[in-house]
Amino acid sequence: MISKPTNVVIAGLGGQGVIKASDILADVAFSAGLDVKKSELHGMSQRGGSVSSDVRFGERVFSPMVPDGEADFLVVIAPDQVTVNAAVLSQGGLLIEPSQIDESALSNKKSINVALLGILSRHLQFPVEAWTAALERNLPQKLHEANLKSFFIGREK
Amino acid sequence: MAAIDAGVKLGTGYPGTPSTEILETFEAFGGHAQWSPNEKVALEVGIGVAFAGARAIVTMKHVGLNVAADPLFTVAQIRLDGALIVVSADDPGMASSQNEQDNRRYALAAGVPMLEPSDSQEAYEFTLRAIEISERWQVPVLLRMTTRVCHSKTIVRRGTVTISPPHTPHFEHDFPSRVMIPAYAKPAHRRLRKTLAQIAAWNDEEGLNQLLPGSSSLGIITSGIAFQYVREAAPEASVLKLGVTYPLPIERMRAFAASVDLCVVIEEGDPYLIEAARTAGIAVEGKPESFRFGELNTARVRRILENDSSPEPKPVPGKPPALCPGCPHRSVYTALKNLNCLVPGDIGCYSLGVLPPFEAMDTLVCMGAAIGVGLGMRHSLPPEEARRVVSVIGDSTFVHSGITGLVEMVYNPPASGHVLVILDNGTTAMTGMQEHPGTGRTLAHASTGKVVFEDLARSLGIRNVHVIDPTTDPAKFQSLIQDCLLKPELSVVIARRNCLLAASSIREHEIREHARCDDQQTN
Repeated sequence: MISKPTNVVIAGLGGQGVIKASDILADVAFSAGLDVKKSELHGMSQRGGSVSSDVRFGERVFSPMVPDGEADFLVVIAPDQVTVNAAVLSQGGLLIEPSQIDESALSNKKSINVALLGILSRHLQFPVEAWTAALERNLPQKLHEANLKSFFIGREK
Repeated sequence: MAAIDAGVKLGTGYPGTPSTEILETFEAFGGHAQWSPNEKVALEVGIGVAFAGARAIVTMKHVGLNVAADPLFTVAQIRLDGALIVVSADDPGMASSQNEQDNRRYALAAGVPMLEPSDSQEAYEFTLRAIEISERWQVPVLLRMTTRVCHSKTIVRRGTVTISPPHTPHFEHDFPSRVMIPAYAKPAHRRLRKTLAQIAAWNDEEGLNQLLPGSSSLGIITSGIAFQYVREAAPEASVLKLGVTYPLPIERMRAFAASVDLCVVIEEGDPYLIEAARTAGIAVEGKPESFRFGELNTARVRRILENDSSPEPKPVPGKPPALCPGCPHRSVYTALKNLNCLVPGDIGCYSLGVLPPFEAMDTLVCMGAAIGVGLGMRHSLPPEEARRVVSVIGDSTFVHSGITGLVEMVYNPPASGHVLVILDNGTTAMTGMQEHPGTGRTLAHASTGKVVFEDLARSLGIRNVHVIDPTTDPAKFQSLIQDCLLKPELSVVIARRNCLLAASSIREHEIREHARCDDQQTN
């Protein structure tokens, strides 16, 4: 029997870096040699609408979408998107939201997505080097410093 | 990546969710890709590539294939020398589309073989296989994708399939095979049916099907993304996953159904597989009608298999998209609302003009329909209402299918005249800022020939042609529209202002291209 995958849903509004955050997470899981699938709907998302991205990783993943009630982690970048996505979280699943971060500590407010990944990283078994390497691979160089800082604000909170 | 590995000579298409990224990625990997004005032209260019013996990939969203259907139905029976792959990206659930059509019907109707990948790895492998099939049987092949295959990322191992290198491009006269006058088309149709029978036999014997042995009590026939949901919802079931879904491996399906106590067909969208199975006399169960609407997912597949007909949970509505703050379309819709206009609209970001606070777009049918629909309304409404009709269309949509509408406007002008507003924001904003013939830059953002809308309108004999930035002085814009509405003449108003989201990259492309041209002149 194949073990169940870890399910993460990242949600927010268009332009908040939902997709970027899910790319980084998927990259970390991929580097660890796991099967990874991610899925999201865009199209109209650039117009400021709701966006969510599902990331699943484990020994073997089938559906690229996280079934409702099966997310182990729900990372929400926009506070008003918590209710919209709440149904996806499993019983005992963990909600990670902006109120858990002191936004004034972030040198770049837009890196809140990465700070929330920092919180998530504490609950996952990936080495910290895998996270920093994935951040650097997925972001342009000029944003590395601010985002690494934000990541560690979340991770070490 | 598959297109790169297969040595595809040219990729063509028109942007449309969820197909847009294919050509952009092909180009980023070093392939030669072009945006065409619309899908029909894209397919015709692809046909030419295949006539020349090379390999072509043509991409579009599901409704794009409606536009390209004319060449598709006839090229189906024409002998190709190269490969022609038509990617149809369907959008079940309509994440960003105007309808939920199931393009598997096109394969059947046109007689074009069809492959359906279920994840990124298969998208890679099936593209190569499709090229192989196309060249082996000298036919075009449909690669049917769906939103969750297109907009998901799964691990891809490269080089898992290798195919022969492409032919050297060449052209030899072969009138009976390529000139579809009735005398030549009659035998061509017979030849097509013979070829399809051969492909069906191959699909039964070999094909790209996967048989996963499991419980003998439950067997599932499935294809595409639905396969993934099936594996998760019913890991114990026996599964026959179909790779080539037209022509179907009917004998293989029959044998599979006979090997299990209960055989269920799990498919997204229309009852395509199940109808084919039942027509062939295979005893299969399917999904209730309610699952025809929207996407499937693991939970819905569980419901189908458990015969659970209890009401499905309604998703909590998210924040709907809206016109961006500072979007130039905003002032256009404000003016049209103030003037109490009747507004046949079109497809793009500006479709959002239908939502509050504007509620200023009255119709949306298909690409380019704004003009024809507006003319029909003008022809029929009482004069006082007819005079309030304003057709609204975006720049990329105008090039796609609006130009013929403009010709109709000149040829059959309504008694009250007509007003067409072209919302020219300098990009195909809706699908993520793609270039089009009106921007004067190629898919890769290099300078090229440019279609100038005002010149085009004037050349057709329209006297009232105005170019205006609707944002600098909204009151002036509104009074211009008002003036046009008062005249029983034809007017074209080009509301030109770059999309706010695209403005900085448009500037970068312009600066780079200017520098490149200057360099060329100095050298």
